[in-house]
Amino acid sequence: MNWVGRAAKLALLAALAAAVAFGATDVQSAVNPIGPQSGKIANLWWFFFWLLGAIYIVVMIAALWTLTRPNRGFGQEPLEHTHQLSPETDRRTSRVVAGATITTIVILFVLIVASVGTGKGLSELGEQKNSLTIQVMGIQWWWQVMYQTSDSSIAVTTANEIHIPVGRPVQLRLLSNDVIHSFWVPNLHGKTDLIPSRVNTQWIQADKPGVYRGQCAEFCGLQHAHMIIYVVAESPDKFKAWYDRQLQPAAAPSDPVMQRGQQVFMNNACVYCHQIRGTDAAGQNGPDLTHFGSRLGIAANTVPNTPGNLGGWIADPQSTKPGNHMATIALNSADMHPLINYLESLK
Amino acid sequence: MCSRSRSSLLLAACLLVTSCQREKRDVRPSPTRLAIYGDAAKESALRPGGPINPQRAVTNPYNSSGYDISEGQRLYNWYNCVGCHANGGGVIGPPLIKQQWIYGGEPANIFDTIVKGRPNGMPAWGDRIPEYQIWQIVTYVRSMNGQQPTSATPTRPDTMETNPQNLRNRVGGATK
Repeated sequence: MNWVGRAAKLALLAALAAAVAFGATDVQSAVNPIGPQSGKIANLWWFFFWLLGAIYIVVMIAALWTLTRPNRGFGQEPLEHTHQLSPETDRRTSRVVAGATITTIVILFVLIVASVGTGKGLSELGEQKNSLTIQVMGIQWWWQVMYQTSDSSIAVTTANEIHIPVGRPVQLRLLSNDVIHSFWVPNLHGKTDLIPSRVNTQWIQADKPGVYRGQCAEFCGLQHAHMIIYVVAESPDKFKAWYDRQLQPAAAPSDPVMQRGQQVFMNNACVYCHQIRGTDAAGQNGPDLTHFGSRLGIAANTVPNTPGNLGGWIADPQSTKPGNHMATIALNSADMHPLINYLESLK
Repeated sequence: MCSRSRSSLLLAACLLVTSCQREKRDVRPSPTRLAIYGDAAKESALRPGGPINPQRAVTNPYNSSGYDISEGQRLYNWYNCVGCHANGGGVIGPPLIKQQWIYGGEPANIFDTIVKGRPNGMPAWGDRIPEYQIWQIVTYVRSMNGQQPTSATPTRPDTMETNPQNLRNRVGGATK
């Protein structure tokens, strides 16, 4: 029938639109997998999508068919003076119901097997050799990232972005120091909760260089929505260069403006919460700022890292991210300019 | 539905609405300094050269606010008050859960103590911490010995409490 065909076409168009919409945000998309883990999850997703989509279409066609078929059956076939169905109709109805029930059960079993199989496949991807171990701590409302090595003198601490070498398995050790958060970079893996006083692990691997976006996926308070993390996958050489740079303490400012900026930082509340290695600032409550200038974003990537955004963030953190734990400090404009210059110089 | 039951339903709904008032959170405090720094409270009527400024009445803007008590608790740890005063019991510094104050226990006194420091170890924080945060710490410190209303203080501690008896004894955010 013409309009059944039209409905089918519409359904297909809707599916296509959905696929395009997913594809449009491919830096934060579970259907654009870039590693073996997310590949398995994406396969499972597409399997569910096509199977359930087909079932939906079959059910809709059956429903439309029953609406349009000529009126016969129950109304015309009661036995004389009773409300019972004729034996033939009864048999036919039972057959249809039994067939549909069995089919449903079989389909559900297929889905369970596919889902459990994917879970098993994912767990087999863990515990790999030559891996990198990174501890990710969820804190209201940002991410602390610590590279863990057997030698603590070459451990790097940064915030809100994880750099990983392409093709190398990475073990993330996920924990929290306040409430439950959830780590979710859809291009790499599914969600894993960060739970206080407990370590969860997740294995990821990026096979394609790029910047992938993730967000906290468990409601964790006022600024849950602005708790963003970037995973920067780069070639092993570039990663090595980045890592060596991060190991360096902050360079002493030579320029008088920068020196003034450093003084402003040390003489205000900044110093109690932020660490800048190589200086007296050793606060542990907020993100480590030793190489702040090289980061992509400010305030857990709420805004891009530009001098203008940094100025706005320092002057009034509560307008960028209401409820966050950064102190609002009364700085005069003569101090603000050197401070921004100093912080942005920490490459 | 008869009109009486409808109007009683309406009344119940109105009552529900009035009970849904939420405590206001001042999440965007002004960083400007309002109190006269280090001169919020008067410890003595004696002044060299006689009185200069008329005493200004300073009040704690965050009195009996649950949100600010919890912010104060966070800052108490962040700024390491806990290092000397422990969780109120005191180690290097004097305890804060007793009703005994060396330099006065009114909000303005505690504010002054934090701002300008005290002899024998208490550092001056006035130049470093924004004023609104000092008031939040003041609010928390006073909640430690039950000087904040029970409606604003948590009924149970944030830490794991293994002895249920302690929970029953808790009044006003501090163990009795």
